[in-house]
Amino acid sequence: MLDRNQIAQRIAQELQNGWYVNLGIGIPTLVANYIPEGINVEFQSENGLLGMGPFPFEGEEDADLINAGKQTVTMMKGGSIFDSSMSFAMIRGQHVQLTVLGAMEVSDSGDIANWKIPGKMVKGMGGAMDLVASADNIIVAMSHTNRKGQSKLLRQCSLPLTGVKCVKKVVTNMAVLDITPNGFLLLERAPGVSVEEIQAATEGRLIIDGDVPEMNF
Amino acid sequence: MNKLVKDAKEGIAGVQDGMTLMLGGFGLCGIPENCISALVDAGVKDLTCISNNAGVDDFGIGLMLQQRQVKKMISSYVGENDEFERQMLTGELEVDLIPQGSLAERCRAGGAGIPAFFTPAGYGTEVAIGKEVRYFDGKPHILESALHADYALVKAWKGDRYGNIIFKGTARNFNPVMAMAGKITVVEVEELVEPGELDPNFIHIPGVFVQRIFQGKGYEKRIEQLTTRPKV
Repeated sequence: MLDRNQIAQRIAQELQNGWYVNLGIGIPTLVANYIPEGINVEFQSENGLLGMGPFPFEGEEDADLINAGKQTVTMMKGGSIFDSSMSFAMIRGQHVQLTVLGAMEVSDSGDIANWKIPGKMVKGMGGAMDLVASADNIIVAMSHTNRKGQSKLLRQCSLPLTGVKCVKKVVTNMAVLDITPNGFLLLERAPGVSVEEIQAATEGRLIIDGDVPEMNF
Repeated sequence: MNKLVKDAKEGIAGVQDGMTLMLGGFGLCGIPENCISALVDAGVKDLTCISNNAGVDDFGIGLMLQQRQVKKMISSYVGENDEFERQMLTGELEVDLIPQGSLAERCRAGGAGIPAFFTPAGYGTEVAIGKEVRYFDGKPHILESALHADYALVKAWKGDRYGNIIFKGTARNFNPVMAMAGKITVVEVEELVEPGELDPNFIHIPGVFVQRIFQGKGYEKRIEQLTTRPKV
């Protein structure tokens, strides 16, 4: 099984040269640590910056420069700052090529739930609904099952939705899967994880087409 | 066109119980610290606050929540605030959660004379309940209406007495769109400059949108999530 960093590392392999990329909070943030050699991407943070750099050195933090997770960050040369409305114009207008975000549930038709557990947790959707409704390419980074061992890849989401039919790909600690009209298409297995184990941990429709290779790092 | 007032107290003069306020900021970054303190001192209540977040327990809008001054919050994300959660779960506080991009655009629309617009964000979710759906290019969109406020409270970096302002870093966030949407827009600045000092080519919000401006003081600029890497 992959750890959080390895999930991020596998997603980083999807990055293409010249892309603008929005990374959500949690595992997605770690993707920035694994940009493949020779690939240039710019990170967009929906609170209003493009060209986000790494965390600042100790003592060099600036309260006026944070990411959407409210963490202190830096900017790359050539970065830019804008207001929230322009930030979402970029997102809604499909000027950002890839969105990576976490989820509590994903359905086999590409629905995603990640903002609310009725009666338990209501923190709000932040920018997630705008991101998933508009982005062409959405990758979800999450664990395959929840803390109780129940599948998070479902026939239908049980939690309130963030968006419908929008997720294109899911990378979990067990597998890489594409969302197709017929369900989750199993593309790759985590090292040492069998197709049977993935099948057992997937409640939604799973398509297994021939030999499924292990991920390559 | 002198919009200069003395301080935050003069800035928020006229705010009454039951009014709707917009407050700029993302998390604790770029929040109108001076105006919030003045509102706490003034003790106005039953306020509807439109702000992306609701501060933390002991700072930002959290200070107003402690004093039970807020009747309703319109926000996109309200985590990291125990008092907020408590008031929401007991029903003391009404909460309207809306997607962040829709929140920004609804403020912008309010200031720009656009009564409503269609957006794909929220289609098929709780957010879409009761809203008109229309298809454009085969894709479903929902109708969202403009937001207005009796007062918009804005934090800027520099500004002049004409009300021309510029922002610094990601402290810009919701401040510009809210500055446009207030019936009375009050701006607190870190540095009040003389007219002409700001290059007209680099003014973020022209003074036409601003009714009051004052030199702020004692900025705490609290960092919510300090994240650094060690020097090698």
